[in-house]
Amino acid sequence: MSYLSPSTPEIQRPVSNIFIVISVLIALFLNALPWEGWWLALRPDFVALVMLYWCTHTPLRVGIGLSWTTGMLADVADASLFGQHALAYTLLAFGGVVLHRRLQMFDLRQQTTQVLGIFALTYGVYALVHWQVNGYMMWSYLLGCLTSTLLWAPLSIMFMAMRRARMERE
Amino acid sequence: MSNAQTFQFFNRGPSPAVRLVFFVVLSLLLMFVDARYRYLESARSTLSMLVTPIQQLATMPGRLWHQAGEFFVTQGGLVEENSNLRQQHDRDAALLSQLQSLQQENQHMRNLLTLPQRSEFSAQSAEILYAERDIFKRKLLIGKGADSQVKIGQVVMDDMGIVGQITRVYPWMSEVTLITEKDHAVPVQLVRNGLRTIVFGAGDTSQLSLRYMPVSSDIQNGDVLVTSGIDGVYPPGIPVAKVVKIERDAAYPFARITCLPLAGVDRNRQLLILSDLPPLPAMPVAELPPGTGKDAKTGGNE
Repeated sequence: MSYLSPSTPEIQRPVSNIFIVISVLIALFLNALPWEGWWLALRPDFVALVMLYWCTHTPLRVGIGLSWTTGMLADVADASLFGQHALAYTLLAFGGVVLHRRLQMFDLRQQTTQVLGIFALTYGVYALVHWQVNGYMMWSYLLGCLTSTLLWAPLSIMFMAMRRARMERE
Repeated sequence: MSNAQTFQFFNRGPSPAVRLVFFVVLSLLLMFVDARYRYLESARSTLSMLVTPIQQLATMPGRLWHQAGEFFVTQGGLVEENSNLRQQHDRDAALLSQLQSLQQENQHMRNLLTLPQRSEFSAQSAEILYAERDIFKRKLLIGKGADSQVKIGQVVMDDMGIVGQITRVYPWMSEVTLITEKDHAVPVQLVRNGLRTIVFGAGDTSQLSLRYMPVSSDIQNGDVLVTSGIDGVYPPGIPVAKVVKIERDAAYPFARITCLPLAGVDRNRQLLILSDLPPLPAMPVAELPPGTGKDAKTGGNE
Protein backbone atom coordinates (compact mmCIF):
# COMPACT_ATOMS: atom_id res chain seq x y z
CA MET A 1 0.00 0.00 0.00
CA SER A 2 2.28 2.70 -1.18
CA TYR A 3 -0.65 5.14 -1.19
CA LEU A 4 -0.88 4.96 2.58
CA SER A 5 2.69 6.04 3.05
CA PRO A 6 3.49 9.70 3.69
CA SER A 7 3.39 11.76 0.58
CA THR A 8 6.33 11.29 -1.72
CA PRO A 9 7.81 14.17 -3.70
CA GLU A 10 6.32 12.86 -6.90
CA ILE A 11 2.77 13.81 -5.95
CA GLN A 12 3.80 17.38 -5.41
CA ARG A 13 3.45 18.16 -9.05
CA PRO A 14 1.87 21.40 -10.22
CA VAL A 15 -1.82 21.12 -10.96
CA SER A 16 -3.40 23.01 -13.78
CA ASN A 17 -6.05 25.58 -12.92
CA ILE A 18 -8.46 23.93 -15.31
CA PHE A 19 -8.21 20.71 -13.34
CA ILE A 20 -9.12 22.55 -10.13
CA VAL A 21 -12.05 24.39 -11.72
CA ILE A 22 -13.43 21.24 -13.32
CA SER A 23 -13.17 19.30 -10.06
CA VAL A 24 -15.14 22.01 -8.24
CA LEU A 25 -17.80 22.08 -10.96
CA ILE A 26 -18.12 18.29 -10.79
CA ALA A 27 -18.48 18.55 -7.01
CA LEU A 28 -21.27 21.12 -7.42
CA PHE A 29 -22.89 18.75 -9.91
CA LEU A 30 -22.67 15.81 -7.51
CA ASN A 31 -24.22 17.90 -4.73
CA ALA A 32 -27.09 18.82 -7.04
CA LEU A 33 -28.00 15.23 -7.96
CA PRO A 34 -31.52 14.32 -6.84
CA TRP A 35 -30.74 13.12 -3.32
CA GLU A 36 -33.78 12.63 -1.13
CA GLY A 37 -34.72 11.51 2.35
CA TRP A 38 -32.01 9.54 4.14
CA TRP A 39 -29.75 9.68 1.12
CA LEU A 40 -29.80 13.43 1.46
CA ALA A 41 -28.80 13.13 5.12
CA LEU A 42 -25.98 10.74 4.23
CA ARG A 43 -24.86 12.74 1.20
CA PRO A 44 -21.23 13.79 1.62
CA ASP A 45 -20.59 17.43 0.86
CA PHE A 46 -18.53 16.95 -2.28
CA VAL A 47 -17.82 20.65 -2.65
CA ALA A 48 -16.38 20.82 0.87
CA LEU A 49 -14.28 17.72 0.18
CA VAL A 50 -12.82 19.08 -3.03
CA MET A 51 -12.20 22.52 -1.56
CA LEU A 52 -10.45 20.99 1.44
CA TYR A 53 -8.31 18.84 -0.84
CA TRP A 54 -7.14 21.84 -2.85
CA CYS A 55 -6.67 23.98 0.26
CA THR A 56 -4.35 21.40 1.76
CA HIS A 57 -2.51 20.50 -1.43
CA THR A 58 -2.26 23.85 -3.21
CA PRO A 59 -2.74 26.34 -0.37
CA LEU A 60 -1.14 29.15 -2.34
CA ARG A 61 -3.62 28.98 -5.18
CA VAL A 62 -6.80 27.75 -3.54
CA GLY A 63 -7.41 29.43 -0.24
CA ILE A 64 -9.96 31.19 1.84
CA GLY A 65 -11.12 33.66 -0.81
CA LEU A 66 -11.82 31.02 -3.44
CA SER A 67 -13.58 28.83 -0.88
CA TRP A 68 -15.76 31.74 0.10
CA THR A 69 -16.68 32.33 -3.55
CA THR A 70 -17.52 28.68 -4.02
CA GLY A 71 -19.59 28.87 -0.84
CA MET A 72 -21.59 31.73 -2.34
CA LEU A 73 -22.33 29.59 -5.39
CA ALA A 74 -23.38 26.74 -3.10
CA ASP A 75 -25.66 29.18 -1.27
CA VAL A 76 -27.38 30.08 -4.51
CA ALA A 77 -27.63 26.43 -5.53
CA ASP A 78 -29.15 25.37 -2.21
CA ALA A 79 -31.12 28.59 -1.74
CA SER A 80 -29.73 28.78 1.75
CA LEU A 81 -29.08 32.08 3.46
CA PHE A 82 -26.57 34.21 1.56
CA GLY A 83 -23.25 33.53 3.26
CA GLN A 84 -24.21 30.40 5.16
CA HIS A 85 -22.20 27.98 3.06
CA ALA A 86 -19.65 30.73 2.47
CA LEU A 87 -19.01 31.06 6.20
CA ALA A 88 -18.71 27.30 6.64
CA TYR A 89 -16.34 26.94 3.68
CA THR A 90 -14.25 29.88 4.90
CA LEU A 91 -13.62 28.05 8.16
CA LEU A 92 -12.99 24.84 6.23
CA ALA A 93 -10.39 26.57 4.07
CA PHE A 94 -8.76 28.17 7.07
CA GLY A 95 -8.47 24.76 8.71
CA GLY A 96 -7.03 23.33 5.52
CA VAL A 97 -4.52 26.12 4.95
CA VAL A 98 -3.34 26.16 8.56
CA LEU A 99 -3.04 22.39 8.83
CA HIS A 100 -1.70 21.70 5.34
CA ARG A 101 1.91 21.07 6.42
CA ARG A 102 0.83 18.71 9.14
CA LEU A 103 -1.55 16.87 6.83
CA GLN A 104 1.17 16.35 4.25
CA MET A 105 3.36 14.71 6.88
CA PHE A 106 0.63 12.23 7.72
CA ASP A 107 -0.51 9.11 5.93
CA LEU A 108 -4.10 8.85 4.80
CA ARG A 109 -5.35 7.23 7.99
CA GLN A 110 -3.94 9.99 10.18
CA GLN A 111 -5.16 12.58 7.71
CA THR A 112 -8.68 11.22 8.04
CA THR A 113 -8.82 11.91 11.76
CA GLN A 114 -7.61 15.48 11.22
CA VAL A 115 -10.07 15.98 8.40
CA LEU A 116 -12.94 14.79 10.61
CA GLY A 117 -12.26 17.69 12.94
CA ILE A 118 -12.32 20.22 10.10
CA PHE A 119 -15.54 18.79 8.68
CA ALA A 120 -17.13 18.70 12.12
CA LEU A 121 -16.37 22.41 12.47
CA THR A 122 -17.80 23.14 9.01
CA TYR A 123 -20.99 21.17 9.55
CA GLY A 124 -21.34 22.47 13.10
CA VAL A 125 -21.15 26.10 12.00
CA TYR A 126 -23.67 25.55 9.21
CA ALA A 127 -26.09 23.84 11.59
CA LEU A 128 -25.51 26.51 14.23
CA VAL A 129 -26.39 29.31 11.83
CA HIS A 130 -29.50 27.42 10.79
CA TRP A 131 -30.45 26.89 14.41
CA GLN A 132 -29.98 30.56 15.23
CA VAL A 133 -32.00 31.76 12.25
CA ASN A 134 -34.78 29.18 12.09
CA GLY A 135 -34.86 27.95 15.66
CA TYR A 136 -34.66 24.19 15.24
CA MET A 137 -32.07 21.47 14.65
CA MET A 138 -31.99 18.33 12.56
CA TRP A 139 -29.39 16.03 13.98
CA SER A 140 -29.39 13.74 10.96
CA TYR A 141 -27.70 16.58 9.07
CA LEU A 142 -24.48 15.91 10.99
CA LEU A 143 -24.27 12.39 9.50
CA GLY A 144 -23.01 13.99 6.29
CA CYS A 145 -19.90 15.02 8.21
CA LEU A 146 -19.00 11.36 8.76
CA THR A 147 -19.63 10.27 5.17
CA SER A 148 -17.60 13.22 3.90
CA THR A 149 -14.72 12.17 6.14
CA LEU A 150 -14.93 8.59 4.93
CA LEU A 151 -14.59 9.82 1.35
CA TRP A 152 -11.38 11.74 2.11
CA ALA A 153 -9.04 8.80 1.52
CA PRO A 154 -10.68 7.58 -1.75
CA LEU A 155 -10.72 11.15 -3.04
CA SER A 156 -7.07 11.70 -2.18
CA ILE A 157 -6.06 8.46 -3.89
CA MET A 158 -8.13 9.32 -6.94
CA PHE A 159 -6.69 12.81 -7.31
CA MET A 160 -3.20 11.49 -6.70
CA ALA A 161 -3.65 8.89 -9.44
CA MET A 162 -5.08 11.48 -11.82
CA ARG A 163 -2.23 13.88 -11.21
CA ARG A 164 0.27 11.10 -11.72
CA ALA A 165 -1.42 10.08 -14.95
CA ARG A 166 -1.16 13.66 -16.18
CA MET A 167 2.53 13.67 -15.34
CA GLU A 168 3.17 10.51 -17.33
CA ARG A 169 1.35 11.87 -20.37
CA GLU A 170 3.49 15.00 -20.29
CA MET B 1 3.09 23.01 -3.50
CA SER B 2 5.43 23.82 -6.34
CA ASN B 3 8.96 25.02 -5.85
CA ALA B 4 7.81 28.57 -6.45
CA GLN B 5 6.36 28.59 -2.99
CA THR B 6 9.68 29.24 -1.28
CA PHE B 7 10.45 32.18 -3.54
CA GLN B 8 7.04 33.71 -2.99
CA PHE B 9 7.70 33.78 0.71
CA PHE B 10 7.44 37.55 1.02
CA ASN B 11 4.62 37.92 -1.44
CA ARG B 12 1.75 36.06 0.07
CA GLY B 13 -0.60 38.87 0.85
CA PRO B 14 -2.52 38.95 4.10
CA SER B 15 -2.06 36.06 6.49
CA PRO B 16 -4.69 33.31 6.71
CA ALA B 17 -5.97 34.69 10.01
CA VAL B 18 -6.59 38.12 8.50
CA ARG B 19 -8.35 36.58 5.52
CA LEU B 20 -10.37 34.37 7.84
CA VAL B 21 -11.59 37.34 9.86
CA PHE B 22 -12.37 39.33 6.71
CA PHE B 23 -14.43 36.61 5.06
CA VAL B 24 -16.16 35.54 8.27
CA VAL B 25 -17.26 39.11 8.90
CA LEU B 26 -18.35 39.44 5.27
CA SER B 27 -20.38 36.22 5.51
CA LEU B 28 -22.01 37.25 8.76
CA LEU B 29 -22.87 40.65 7.29
CA LEU B 30 -24.40 39.06 4.19
CA MET B 31 -26.38 36.61 6.31
CA PHE B 32 -27.69 39.41 8.48
CA VAL B 33 -28.73 41.51 5.48
CA ASP B 34 -30.29 38.51 3.76
CA ALA B 35 -32.20 37.30 6.79
CA ARG B 36 -33.43 40.69 7.94
CA TYR B 37 -33.93 42.81 4.87
CA ARG B 38 -33.91 40.49 1.84
CA TYR B 39 -32.04 43.07 -0.23
CA LEU B 40 -30.02 40.49 -2.09
CA GLU B 41 -32.67 38.76 -4.17
CA SER B 42 -31.51 40.37 -7.43
CA ALA B 43 -27.91 39.31 -6.77
CA ARG B 44 -29.19 35.83 -6.06
CA SER B 45 -31.10 35.58 -9.31
CA THR B 46 -28.05 36.86 -11.22
CA LEU B 47 -25.78 34.28 -9.59
CA SER B 48 -28.40 31.60 -10.18
CA MET B 49 -27.74 31.92 -13.90
CA LEU B 50 -24.25 30.53 -13.22
CA VAL B 51 -25.49 27.64 -11.14
CA THR B 52 -28.67 26.74 -13.00
CA PRO B 53 -26.88 24.94 -15.89
CA ILE B 54 -25.15 22.62 -13.40
CA GLN B 55 -28.42 21.94 -11.65
CA GLN B 56 -30.25 21.31 -14.90
CA LEU B 57 -27.51 18.88 -15.85
CA ALA B 58 -27.81 17.12 -12.50
CA THR B 59 -31.54 16.58 -12.95
CA MET B 60 -30.97 15.11 -16.42
CA PRO B 61 -30.48 11.45 -15.34
CA GLY B 62 -33.76 11.46 -13.42
CA ARG B 63 -35.59 13.13 -16.28
CA LEU B 64 -34.14 10.69 -18.81
CA TRP B 65 -35.22 7.80 -16.61
CA HIS B 66 -38.70 9.28 -16.48
CA GLN B 67 -38.81 9.73 -20.24
CA ALA B 68 -37.49 6.22 -20.84
CA GLY B 69 -40.34 4.93 -18.67
CA GLU B 70 -42.79 6.86 -20.83
CA PHE B 71 -41.26 5.46 -23.99
CA PHE B 72 -41.87 1.87 -22.94
CA VAL B 73 -45.54 2.33 -22.05
CA THR B 74 -47.60 -0.47 -23.60
CA GLN B 75 -50.64 0.11 -25.73
CA GLY B 76 -52.77 -1.95 -23.31
CA GLY B 77 -51.77 0.28 -20.43
CA LEU B 78 -52.59 3.38 -22.43
CA VAL B 79 -56.00 2.05 -23.46
CA GLU B 80 -56.81 1.21 -19.86
CA GLU B 81 -55.65 4.57 -18.59
CA ASN B 82 -57.61 6.27 -21.32
CA SER B 83 -60.83 4.51 -20.42
CA ASN B 84 -60.25 5.28 -16.73
CA LEU B 85 -59.73 8.93 -17.55
CA ARG B 86 -62.83 8.96 -19.75
CA GLN B 87 -64.93 7.55 -16.91
CA GLN B 88 -63.43 10.08 -14.52
CA HIS B 89 -64.17 12.83 -17.01
CA ASP B 90 -67.84 11.77 -17.35
CA ARG B 91 -68.22 11.71 -13.59
CA ASP B 92 -66.52 15.09 -13.25
CA ALA B 93 -68.63 16.56 -16.04
CA ALA B 94 -71.81 15.53 -14.24
CA LEU B 95 -70.53 17.06 -10.99
CA LEU B 96 -69.40 20.16 -12.83
CA SER B 97 -72.83 20.81 -14.33
CA GLN B 98 -74.24 20.53 -10.83
CA LEU B 99 -71.56 22.90 -9.60
CA GLN B 100 -72.49 25.50 -12.19
CA SER B 101 -76.11 25.52 -11.14
CA LEU B 102 -75.01 25.65 -7.50
CA GLN B 103 -72.69 28.54 -8.28
CA GLN B 104 -75.52 30.46 -9.90
CA GLU B 105 -77.75 29.73 -6.97
CA ASN B 106 -75.03 30.81 -4.56
CA GLN B 107 -74.45 34.01 -6.49
CA HIS B 108 -78.15 34.73 -6.49
CA MET B 109 -78.45 34.18 -2.76
CA ARG B 110 -75.37 36.25 -2.05
CA ASN B 111 -76.93 39.00 -4.11
CA LEU B 112 -80.07 38.75 -2.05
CA LEU B 113 -78.07 38.96 1.16
CA THR B 114 -75.81 41.70 -0.33
CA LEU B 115 -72.67 39.72 0.50
CA PRO B 116 -69.56 40.21 -1.69
CA GLN B 117 -69.19 37.66 -4.47
CA ARG B 118 -66.70 34.85 -4.29
CA SER B 119 -64.31 35.65 -7.06
CA GLU B 120 -62.61 33.18 -9.33
CA PHE B 121 -58.93 32.69 -9.92
CA SER B 122 -56.91 31.50 -12.85
CA ALA B 123 -54.20 28.87 -12.80
CA GLN B 124 -51.16 27.92 -14.82
CA SER B 125 -49.49 24.54 -14.64
CA ALA B 126 -45.81 24.03 -13.95
CA GLU B 127 -43.52 21.05 -13.65
CA ILE B 128 -41.34 20.30 -10.66
CA LEU B 129 -37.67 20.60 -11.57
CA TYR B 130 -36.20 19.21 -8.37
CA ALA B 131 -36.51 19.27 -4.63
CA GLU B 132 -34.04 21.44 -2.81
CA ARG B 133 -30.89 19.61 -1.65
CA ASP B 134 -31.03 20.91 1.87
CA ILE B 135 -32.08 18.55 4.59
CA PHE B 136 -33.38 21.41 6.70
CA LYS B 137 -35.94 22.53 4.17
CA ARG B 138 -39.04 21.33 2.43
CA LYS B 139 -38.94 23.28 -0.75
CA LEU B 140 -39.35 22.59 -4.43
CA LEU B 141 -38.20 24.36 -7.54
CA ILE B 142 -40.68 24.52 -10.39
CA GLY B 143 -40.08 25.42 -14.00
CA LYS B 144 -42.02 28.67 -14.22
CA GLY B 145 -40.51 31.94 -13.10
CA ALA B 146 -40.62 35.65 -13.63
CA ASP B 147 -40.94 35.04 -17.38
CA SER B 148 -44.41 33.55 -16.77
CA GLN B 149 -45.52 36.30 -14.37
CA VAL B 150 -45.12 34.12 -11.30
CA LYS B 151 -45.06 36.27 -8.19
CA ILE B 152 -44.05 35.78 -4.60
CA GLY B 153 -46.94 34.67 -2.42
CA GLN B 154 -48.92 32.87 -5.08
CA VAL B 155 -50.50 29.59 -4.04
CA VAL B 156 -49.43 26.27 -5.51
CA MET B 157 -51.78 23.29 -5.52
CA ASP B 158 -52.33 19.98 -7.27
CA ASP B 159 -55.59 18.24 -8.11
CA MET B 160 -56.12 17.19 -4.47
CA GLY B 161 -55.30 20.28 -2.47
CA ILE B 162 -52.80 22.91 -1.40
CA VAL B 163 -49.13 22.05 -1.90
CA GLY B 164 -47.43 25.27 -0.87
CA GLN B 165 -46.65 28.84 -1.67
CA ILE B 166 -44.17 30.61 -3.95
CA THR B 167 -41.48 32.19 -1.82
CA ARG B 168 -38.80 33.14 -4.31
CA VAL B 169 -38.87 33.88 -8.02
CA TYR B 170 -35.93 33.37 -10.36
CA PRO B 171 -35.90 34.33 -14.05
CA TRP B 172 -36.93 30.87 -15.28
CA MET B 173 -37.97 29.02 -12.17
CA SER B 174 -39.40 29.66 -8.77
CA GLU B 175 -39.15 28.21 -5.31
CA VAL B 176 -42.17 26.69 -3.61
CA THR B 177 -42.23 26.34 0.16
CA LEU B 178 -44.29 23.25 0.97
CA ILE B 179 -46.97 23.40 3.64
CA THR B 180 -44.98 20.76 5.52
CA GLU B 181 -42.07 23.19 6.00
CA LYS B 182 -41.42 23.89 9.64
CA ASP B 183 -43.69 26.67 10.97
CA HIS B 184 -45.36 27.29 7.63
CA ALA B 185 -48.90 28.32 8.54
CA VAL B 186 -52.14 27.91 6.59
CA PRO B 187 -55.38 29.32 7.98
CA VAL B 188 -57.97 26.56 7.74
CA GLN B 189 -61.50 25.67 8.66
CA LEU B 190 -63.04 22.31 9.55
CA VAL B 191 -65.52 21.17 6.91
CA ARG B 192 -67.71 19.40 9.47
CA ASN B 193 -68.40 22.27 11.83
CA GLY B 194 -66.69 25.34 10.41
CA LEU B 195 -64.19 25.65 13.27
CA ARG B 196 -61.43 28.08 12.27
CA THR B 197 -57.83 27.34 13.11
CA ILE B 198 -54.33 27.38 11.68
CA VAL B 199 -52.37 24.36 10.53
CA PHE B 200 -48.57 24.37 10.82
CA GLY B 201 -45.93 22.30 9.08
CA ALA B 202 -43.97 19.87 11.22
CA GLY B 203 -40.73 20.23 9.25
CA ASP B 204 -39.06 16.93 9.94
CA THR B 205 -41.85 14.69 8.65
CA SER B 206 -44.46 15.01 5.93
CA GLN B 207 -47.03 15.95 8.54
CA LEU B 208 -48.90 18.97 9.74
CA SER B 209 -50.07 19.85 13.20
CA LEU B 210 -52.84 21.94 14.71
CA ARG B 211 -51.40 23.93 17.58
CA TYR B 212 -53.19 25.81 20.32
CA MET B 213 -56.40 23.81 20.11
CA PRO B 214 -58.01 23.41 23.53
CA VAL B 215 -58.36 19.84 24.78
CA SER B 216 -62.12 20.20 24.63
CA SER B 217 -62.30 21.40 21.02
CA ASP B 218 -64.62 19.51 18.70
CA ILE B 219 -62.22 17.69 16.40
CA GLN B 220 -62.43 14.07 15.32
CA ASN B 221 -60.20 11.71 13.42
CA GLY B 222 -60.83 12.00 9.70
CA ASP B 223 -61.96 15.61 9.80
CA VAL B 224 -61.05 17.45 6.61
CA LEU B 225 -59.49 20.91 6.81
CA VAL B 226 -60.04 23.38 3.98
CA THR B 227 -58.59 26.86 3.58
CA SER B 228 -60.69 29.49 5.28
CA GLY B 229 -59.67 32.30 2.95
CA ILE B 230 -59.66 34.95 5.64
CA ASP B 231 -55.94 35.57 5.18
CA GLY B 232 -56.21 36.87 1.63
CA VAL B 233 -53.40 34.57 0.47
CA TYR B 234 -55.14 31.24 0.07
CA PRO B 235 -58.50 31.20 -1.73
CA PRO B 236 -61.30 29.75 0.41
CA GLY B 237 -62.50 26.17 0.30
CA ILE B 238 -59.45 24.31 -1.02
CA PRO B 239 -58.69 21.04 0.81
CA VAL B 240 -55.49 21.13 2.87
CA ALA B 241 -55.26 18.23 5.29
CA LYS B 242 -56.99 15.48 7.14
CA VAL B 243 -56.81 14.83 10.88
CA VAL B 244 -55.18 11.47 11.57
CA LYS B 245 -54.27 11.50 15.24
CA ILE B 246 -55.52 13.35 18.31
CA GLU B 247 -53.86 13.13 21.72
CA ARG B 248 -55.84 14.72 24.50
CA ASP B 249 -53.70 14.83 27.59
CA ALA B 250 -55.20 16.71 30.49
CA ALA B 251 -51.69 17.60 31.69
CA TYR B 252 -51.24 19.96 28.76
CA PRO B 253 -53.45 22.92 27.97
CA PHE B 254 -53.62 22.04 24.27
CA ALA B 255 -54.46 18.88 22.41
CA ARG B 256 -51.79 17.43 20.12
CA ILE B 257 -53.37 17.00 16.73
CA THR B 258 -51.54 15.50 13.79
CA CYS B 259 -52.76 15.90 10.22
CA LEU B 260 -51.65 14.55 6.88
CA PRO B 261 -51.69 16.78 3.80
CA LEU B 262 -54.32 15.79 1.24
CA ALA B 263 -52.31 16.97 -1.73
CA GLY B 264 -49.48 14.83 -3.04
CA VAL B 265 -46.95 17.16 -1.46
CA ASP B 266 -44.11 14.70 -2.03
CA ARG B 267 -45.44 12.88 -5.06
CA ASN B 268 -46.68 14.74 -8.12
CA ARG B 269 -44.67 16.25 -10.94
CA GLN B 270 -47.31 18.64 -12.27
CA LEU B 271 -48.54 21.49 -10.12
CA LEU B 272 -50.90 24.42 -10.57
CA ILE B 273 -49.97 27.99 -9.69
CA LEU B 274 -52.99 30.10 -8.80
CA SER B 275 -52.92 33.72 -9.82
CA ASP B 276 -55.20 36.75 -9.92
CA LEU B 277 -56.49 36.19 -6.44
CA PRO B 278 -58.52 39.22 -5.37
CA PRO B 279 -56.83 41.37 -2.75
CA LEU B 280 -58.48 41.63 0.62
CA PRO B 281 -60.40 44.82 1.26
CA ALA B 282 -58.36 47.32 3.22
CA MET B 283 -58.63 46.74 6.91
CA PRO B 284 -60.36 49.46 8.92
CA VAL B 285 -57.59 49.71 11.47
CA ALA B 286 -58.89 52.65 13.43
CA GLU B 287 -62.21 51.06 14.24
CA LEU B 288 -60.78 47.84 15.65
CA PRO B 289 -60.03 47.48 19.31
CA PRO B 290 -56.27 47.15 19.92
CA GLY B 291 -54.84 43.67 19.56
CA THR B 292 -57.27 42.23 17.00
CA GLY B 293 -55.62 43.83 14.00
CA LYS B 294 -52.95 41.13 13.84
CA ASP B 295 -55.35 38.23 13.42
CA ALA B 296 -55.22 38.13 9.66
CA LYS B 297 -51.44 38.18 9.52
CA THR B 298 -50.99 34.46 9.33
CA GLY B 299 -50.60 33.63 5.67
CA GLY B 300 -47.32 31.84 5.21
CA ASN B 301 -44.04 32.03 7.00
CA GLU B 302 -42.31 34.61 4.91
